[in-house]
Amino acid sequence: MPRLLAALLLLLPVAARAEGGMPQLDFSTPLTTSQVVWGAIIFVVLYILASRFALPQVGAVLNERAAHIARDLETARAAKAEADAAVAELTLATREAHAGAQAEIARALEQAKAAAAEQAAGLNAKLDAQIAEAERRIAAARNAALGALGQVASETAHAVVGRLTGASIDGPAVDRAVAAALAARRAPAA
Amino acid sequence: MAANSSIDALGQFRLHTALGPLGASVNFTQSNLFMVVAGALTLGLLWLGMRPRAMVPGRFQAAAEMAYEFVQSMCVDTIGPEGRRFFPFVFTLFFFVLFGNLLGVWPYDFTFTSHIAVTLAMALFVVILVTVVALRIHGLHFFSYFMPAGVPVALAPLLIPIEIISYLSRIISLSVRLFANMMAGHVMLEVFGAFVIMLGGAGVLGLLPAAVSLGVDVILIGFEILVASLQAYVFALLTCIYLHDAVHLH
Repeated sequence: MPRLLAALLLLLPVAARAEGGMPQLDFSTPLTTSQVVWGAIIFVVLYILASRFALPQVGAVLNERAAHIARDLETARAAKAEADAAVAELTLATREAHAGAQAEIARALEQAKAAAAEQAAGLNAKLDAQIAEAERRIAAARNAALGALGQVASETAHAVVGRLTGASIDGPAVDRAVAAALAARRAPAA
Repeated sequence: MAANSSIDALGQFRLHTALGPLGASVNFTQSNLFMVVAGALTLGLLWLGMRPRAMVPGRFQAAAEMAYEFVQSMCVDTIGPEGRRFFPFVFTLFFFVLFGNLLGVWPYDFTFTSHIAVTLAMALFVVILVTVVALRIHGLHFFSYFMPAGVPVALAPLLIPIEIISYLSRIISLSVRLFANMMAGHVMLEVFGAFVIMLGGAGVLGLLPAAVSLGVDVILIGFEILVASLQAYVFALLTCIYLHDAVHLH
């Protein structure tokens, strides 16, 4: 507004000098109104050309681009969903494989343990049998040795008595004495 | 242009016929010639710019698309979704006025928007269009526009004339704003331009004031480009606001 006022202040003395005032308000010439008539014709032609031909062309390009972008976005979204599904599937498969492997390991471990236990039991039984056999053999040898001991003792007693006394002694009496002595010896040991 | 002591600042607005005897026979003025140039520039921007129809636009196509989207968003933001119907009209109006204003800044060009008859005709058309649109959409209910809801009936004799006057004064405000801005700018350009010639021819003492006047004119040219764009925008935006009122009745 101050700008307008300044312009009008500048304008006033100039306008006063100009012949017939402002040309814009000079209606004595037909050109002032004829320019409006021509202006209306030009504007209408411009409007028709712009609204029928020029603007729809721009709109078509813009719509086409918007559709293209929407389509590309849709494709990208679908690809992302597909990738997500693949990743989920992969995760699931990995987890399943992991669990399967774990079960397999546990089973193998169990089997190995059972086999080891079985083998140890078999070995133990064999050893036990061998020990029992050895013990039996020892006992038999001992018994045999002990049986032979009575005879040796009787013969020794015969010889000792014969040498000492020079007399021949009654066999069965010596045998009985030896057996009694042996029995007496063995009793505390047994 | 300037003869010794008198500055003919208004001579630039004087109309004369263009295009030789043919134009003279139908009173085709230089004002109309520049209207044709403004229209050709508008259509040229769209046609030549959109010729590649490229998915990724070049500079010229981007300019055409920006022009389209600028006016479209102005219509839709101001009027609402119904604004699409008025988009071609607002587009034509905006670029007609914009190129008219900008062409006028170019030396020797005529500014048809500096003629009150032209701006008044445009403003009159806008207001008539707005009224027709309002009557089409709302019928006789449109007249409730002059009596806002919730106002005491006792105020009606005062309020209704005021509303009617303010409605009709749109014609004046719309046309005089554009006309006065364009005319004032061109008068100032002419006056300072005449100062340059008068003072520059007045001798050594006049050289410095002449240089200052020339500098002022350079600044004024830049200012005029701003005013030319701004006034075209204001004209189109006010048209949109009036159309919004017509579509929505407040």
